[in-house]
Amino acid sequence: MATTTDKRITCDHCGEPCTVHPVKWGEKMFCCEGCRTVYQLLDRSGLCDYYQLNEKPGLSHANPSHREKFAFLDDVKMAAPFILFQDGQETHARWYLPQMHCSSCLYLLENLHRLNPGVITSRVDFAAKELTVLFDHHRISIRQVAELLTAAGYEPYVSLRDLGGAKPASSRNNIYRLGIAGFCFANIMLLSFPEYFGLGASEEGLRGVFRELNLALSLPVFFYSAQPFYRNAWSGIRNGFLNIDAPIVLAIVVTFARSVYEVVSGTGSGYFDSMTGIVFFMLAGRMLQDRTHQRLSFERDYRSYFPIAVSVLKEGKDISMALPEIQCGDTLLIHHGELIPADGILTRGQALIDYSFVTGESLPVPKEMGELVYAGGRQTGAAIEVLVVKEVAQSYLTQLWNRQEDKKVEHSFIHVLSRQFTFIVLAVAACAAVYWWAYDPARIANAVTAVLIVACPCALLLSSTFTNGNILRILGNNGLYLRNARVIENISTTTHIVFDKTGTLTLPGDHVLTYKGRPLEPTEQRAIAILAAQSTHPLSKSLAHHLDKAEPCRVLGFKETPGKGTEGWVDGTYVMIGSRRFVTESRAGTADTRVYVRLNEDYPGYFRYSSHYREGIARWMHVLRGQYSLSLLSGDNDRERSRLEGWMGEGSRIFFSQSPEDKEAYIRHLQRRGEKVMMVGDGLNDAGALRQSDTGIAVAEKGNSFTPASHAILDAAQIGRLPVFLRYCRMAGRIIIASFILSIVYNIIGLSFAVRGDLSPLIAAILMPSSSLSILLLTYGSATWAARRMGLAISTDEKNHARG
Amino acid sequence: MSAIILLLGASLSVAVLFLGAFVWSVKHHQFDDGFSPPRRILFDEHHPDSDTPNHQN
Repeated sequence: MATTTDKRITCDHCGEPCTVHPVKWGEKMFCCEGCRTVYQLLDRSGLCDYYQLNEKPGLSHANPSHREKFAFLDDVKMAAPFILFQDGQETHARWYLPQMHCSSCLYLLENLHRLNPGVITSRVDFAAKELTVLFDHHRISIRQVAELLTAAGYEPYVSLRDLGGAKPASSRNNIYRLGIAGFCFANIMLLSFPEYFGLGASEEGLRGVFRELNLALSLPVFFYSAQPFYRNAWSGIRNGFLNIDAPIVLAIVVTFARSVYEVVSGTGSGYFDSMTGIVFFMLAGRMLQDRTHQRLSFERDYRSYFPIAVSVLKEGKDISMALPEIQCGDTLLIHHGELIPADGILTRGQALIDYSFVTGESLPVPKEMGELVYAGGRQTGAAIEVLVVKEVAQSYLTQLWNRQEDKKVEHSFIHVLSRQFTFIVLAVAACAAVYWWAYDPARIANAVTAVLIVACPCALLLSSTFTNGNILRILGNNGLYLRNARVIENISTTTHIVFDKTGTLTLPGDHVLTYKGRPLEPTEQRAIAILAAQSTHPLSKSLAHHLDKAEPCRVLGFKETPGKGTEGWVDGTYVMIGSRRFVTESRAGTADTRVYVRLNEDYPGYFRYSSHYREGIARWMHVLRGQYSLSLLSGDNDRERSRLEGWMGEGSRIFFSQSPEDKEAYIRHLQRRGEKVMMVGDGLNDAGALRQSDTGIAVAEKGNSFTPASHAILDAAQIGRLPVFLRYCRMAGRIIIASFILSIVYNIIGLSFAVRGDLSPLIAAILMPSSSLSILLLTYGSATWAARRMGLAISTDEKNHARG
Repeated sequence: MSAIILLLGASLSVAVLFLGAFVWSVKHHQFDDGFSPPRRILFDEHHPDSDTPNHQN
């Protein structure tokens, strides 16, 4: 195969290799009609700059969706979720276009008005992968806009979820809060300097002005910027436990109250700079930690996968209907490549259903009329009709998702610590109070408030938020996207890793073919390839791809028997390919997947299909084997057991033909034995297991592919670096613990001043930022250094460089 | 002393001006998308009358 790659023609639109029947148009070569149509469309409108900006930016157009797909947009009610604004003249509509990936896309999508004059303007939000189109609805309908986008290669992604109400508005409040806190903090700091450096008695009036200004500046911080802390602390208390925000709120409130008292009574300058500083740094840390991957969805449910509408046959007519309105007894028309949205009975057509997403079985399953088909399968081949027997919400697949999740007990290190911390601080304050009550009761209030001010866990918290934020960022740059910071801790305590096979260890939809039998002549290979290229069956497609000899040639008497095989005359040779039973009429079954060949009256042999494993599995599996216990759960049959055993080692636990429930039960079984389980999977069949496990990592083929709900998303190309990621997360845990120890040392220093009752605002103002900053630098530096030593990319530039 | 108070007022109002500019820029999506604006500016302007007269409208 490798020898032919350099002379292979690639499509001028999408860059995919043209194996079968390249389509010519002028000078250009395309892999399929779809790509040519897009090129023609752009060429006609003078948009060929699209091809200048990036090399082969197009998207493969080999699997066009059927024509009626966007018919549902003609229905005002169903189009509503996509419309932002509408008046008598124009409409603003917004779509999610996950295919958007480069500046060419940007160029094309913002020049839509040149493709159709009905479009007034269009604007891309690249980070959100959204396109807002402003169009004149007298000249072009919303459906036509969607179809125009589809024709240009950017089919809007619409799912059932879009019907479920408005998306949460992206909140900018935290940015405002941070900005205001920073502004007030810096100004209060400046206004406090004169006092720290000493003002003469003659400037008594000026001092008063400074203090009052400080008080005024601290109000927005106290009442606006710090709100999230109050809210978190309150929700913690309402649920009956003290979370880490409780001591922060205590410190903020006590500091503010004492400062206001000092200023009003004229006894001191207060600790406004410390208070605003705490709020500012804490907000910054939180932001860094939460900001990371807001564009990735870790919360997908079945609705994200399901189409928004399906074609329903009613009184002989084909109408588009919203999915929730489907009822038992309706007849659905499912086209090639569409998802079956509800359990039903096949009433017409030959179904060849790809269940890989639901069950993990890698090959499509043929179904005869009258058989039950489950929701979640994808039809390949001609359109079929399905009589619905269960509503969407009751279907097998939907049930898988909706199963109640076991409530997990919060036992994160930081939560345990925060609870202890609050009690320790209160105890120290109480001791100080008791001590001063005995010796000098006038200083009680002073000492107690000072303890509460200085013992704010902000250094403690800052170290973890900043370290986690940095680690999330570095891992994200390397292709592992974590849902939140707690996942780092869960990864670092993992003891057992469970893998899925199909799509996780193997490349989805790709097979390795080996030929068994008498050697084939080149002309015979060509004849087989030509026949195989005519068929839509995935096995035929990979066979044609494997032989790579197809060329335009007429096949006479072409006949495809779905689920069995294909036959036809190529250059006077009668060729037949298909299952053993179909081709050789033998009744013997086969354990593995084979395609038999017949040429005239001759049976030269068969092609054996085996999964195409990702590169380097043996190497990284070997590394993991030494550190963790490993298991493999596959929905597939056990034809590749020996190979997997070789990689995972003797005595490793490998189970085949596992249903989604089996997988989940297995994880639960491991957890009951006290194991911390990490599940690495990809499909819907792993959804339950991913959710049940302590860390569920969903493997995604491309950045825009859809993964089930999980704790982390791993770029499939980076799966070989899993051992490094695991090691890095363990290192992160150690860095956080080290910084905690350091911050406790700082706290002890601060407390030693505080209990004596002589914490001056100057000491507080120096101690607070310096402890926070030094810890920040330490954790940030060590996390970056560790990443560099392990060969992880630190910045996005390096990532691009490393990937070439 | 009054000079200091005057300067204080001046410096604070300048600072408030910048805070206002920051809030304005956040509100106007300046920090939302870091990819498109720097590229958008590089695209050639399209002159409808020069190359595709039939798409003038």
